[in-house]
Amino acid sequence: MTNTSMTTKPASSKSGTKVERVNWPATTVLVLCAVTVLLPLYVTVSMAFKTQGQAVDGNAFSFPAPFSLDGFVQAWTLTNFPVGAAMSLLVTAGTVLATIILAAFASYAIVRNWERRLFRYSFFYLLGAMFIPFPVVALPQIQLTGRLGLDNPFGVILLATMFQLSFSVLLFTAFLRSIPMELEESARIDGATTWQTFWKLIFPLLAPMSATVGIFAFLYAWNDFMMPSLIISDPAMQTLPVRQNLFQTQFSNNYHVSFASYLMAMAPAIVAYLFTQRWVMAGVTQGAVKG
Amino acid sequence: MSSISTPTTSSGHSRRNQDLSPRSRRAKGHQGPRPRHPRSKRRVEPIFYVFLVPSLVLFTLAITVPGIIGIFFSFTNSIGIGDWDFVGLTNYIAIFSDPAILQSYLFTFGFSIVTVIAVNLVAFLLAVGLTARIRMKTALRTIFVIPMVVSGIIIAYVFNFLFSNSLPSLGAATGVPWLESSLLANPDLAWIAVVLVTAWQAVPGALLIYIAGLVAVPGDVYEAAEIDGAGKFQQLVKITLPLVAGYVVINIILGFKGFLNAYDIIVGLTNGGPGTSTRSIAMTVIAGFNGGDYAYQMANATIFFVVAILISLVQLSLTRGRNAL
Repeated sequence: MTNTSMTTKPASSKSGTKVERVNWPATTVLVLCAVTVLLPLYVTVSMAFKTQGQAVDGNAFSFPAPFSLDGFVQAWTLTNFPVGAAMSLLVTAGTVLATIILAAFASYAIVRNWERRLFRYSFFYLLGAMFIPFPVVALPQIQLTGRLGLDNPFGVILLATMFQLSFSVLLFTAFLRSIPMELEESARIDGATTWQTFWKLIFPLLAPMSATVGIFAFLYAWNDFMMPSLIISDPAMQTLPVRQNLFQTQFSNNYHVSFASYLMAMAPAIVAYLFTQRWVMAGVTQGAVKG
Repeated sequence: MSSISTPTTSSGHSRRNQDLSPRSRRAKGHQGPRPRHPRSKRRVEPIFYVFLVPSLVLFTLAITVPGIIGIFFSFTNSIGIGDWDFVGLTNYIAIFSDPAILQSYLFTFGFSIVTVIAVNLVAFLLAVGLTARIRMKTALRTIFVIPMVVSGIIIAYVFNFLFSNSLPSLGAATGVPWLESSLLANPDLAWIAVVLVTAWQAVPGALLIYIAGLVAVPGDVYEAAEIDGAGKFQQLVKITLPLVAGYVVINIILGFKGFLNAYDIIVGLTNGGPGTSTRSIAMTVIAGFNGGDYAYQMANATIFFVVAILISLVQLSLTRGRNAL
């Protein structure tokens, strides 16, 4: 209920009948707040395009003059950006796909067999991860993944997917309950098996939920530092966020290099968000109201 | 909702019930009493196990088994590898008199409480603003949500630079003395930096939930209040706040649970310092892996787990029945 109204513009629909005055004081205050929000991001971008000389002059808020790509060139080789980006991409794509498929599978089985104890209890079991903070199980997980040869991006995919499963199953089951059985029954009359019904009917119907589940898995997997830093043992296989600690120990004065590197690691998530805003916003509200 | 709205669905519903009843009667005849769930006697299609079992198995391997292993070793003196012995509750007793661990709990809870208050105040006011009649509403909302989608550790590095380089040099240039020394270097004040950056990133989530709550408040309530002569501030305190009280509860609990796990931002901002003044519980537990006190920190993690469960129970009891919101 609340989620649908999120995507529409509330005030314009309310004030449809009479022309309302624009609240300029509120607009001004909010624009000022927005500037504060953007300030650290502006500093990141401007520092990244500075020359080394300008980057250390102490004025972080100045415009880059002249524009320089030197920071990006150096960051590219220093952090071995192509490999880091490939690892981040692998972890993110793997987590997104595994989360959507496993959660949709499990949710469909649970909702269609809710009267069965096994399926009902499975629902609460999978939801349990919501109450288990990662640090609590982190140490044994480091040991286990190490012993099973999963101390690499694939181990991170497995663990990240399992921690995303609760939230995703919650969203999928809530949505599946609202799909009328009649729709499926008509597919079955046409002779479709459950497997076919799932792929041809249910999974396409789940698309908006999959978008929400997928973008949250994306943001988590792409941005996370804690899990890859602990699970992946080979530094050469680390994801982009973990690689940035290079600038905390060495090269700590090449600010234009470190900020160029930060920017390259952050930008994909921001771009992805700008294109998928409505699902991000819907996911936050649904996750909160249903959780 | 949909099942009562159209005649086709309701007839379909009853037809399904008619279909079911003879089947369940047959099942009863075959398998004896306990007709509590008529449909449960129907065989489950095997394909549903194919759908469900992979998640159950992987979840058990990835989370349940490590959890049990961790709790088991919290009663030993294991250092992570090699031989170990059972030591009973020794680890647990030691933890309650360990100043480093007590300090990390004190810091984490204090920081979480302050951050929850700050985040909810800011998010609520922003949400009121964003649902008012303002210009550039969509653009502003897009901007306010951005902090949620950037990597915590990287934005902490950026703020680290701002706090330790930019602000001090700004203070030196403008002659403002309290800006000249870095906030991050002061053991008594570094936690404020942690609160600021955590709040910067956590406000969007709370903001979106508040917007959803405010949008759900019907507009005629305000019209009635205005006719009765209530001012804007009175409307905010006496109408808006009570009507979104459920969302306040949700935001406080979701936020608090998240902040208790604080790790990425602190690592990037202060790395627990200066000294150990901003060391969170998660950081203490993780440090145990390299420090050789594996079993000891597993006891710490187990206590942390119990705390997390208690908070979740509070959450369940407070939010139960609020789904109607």
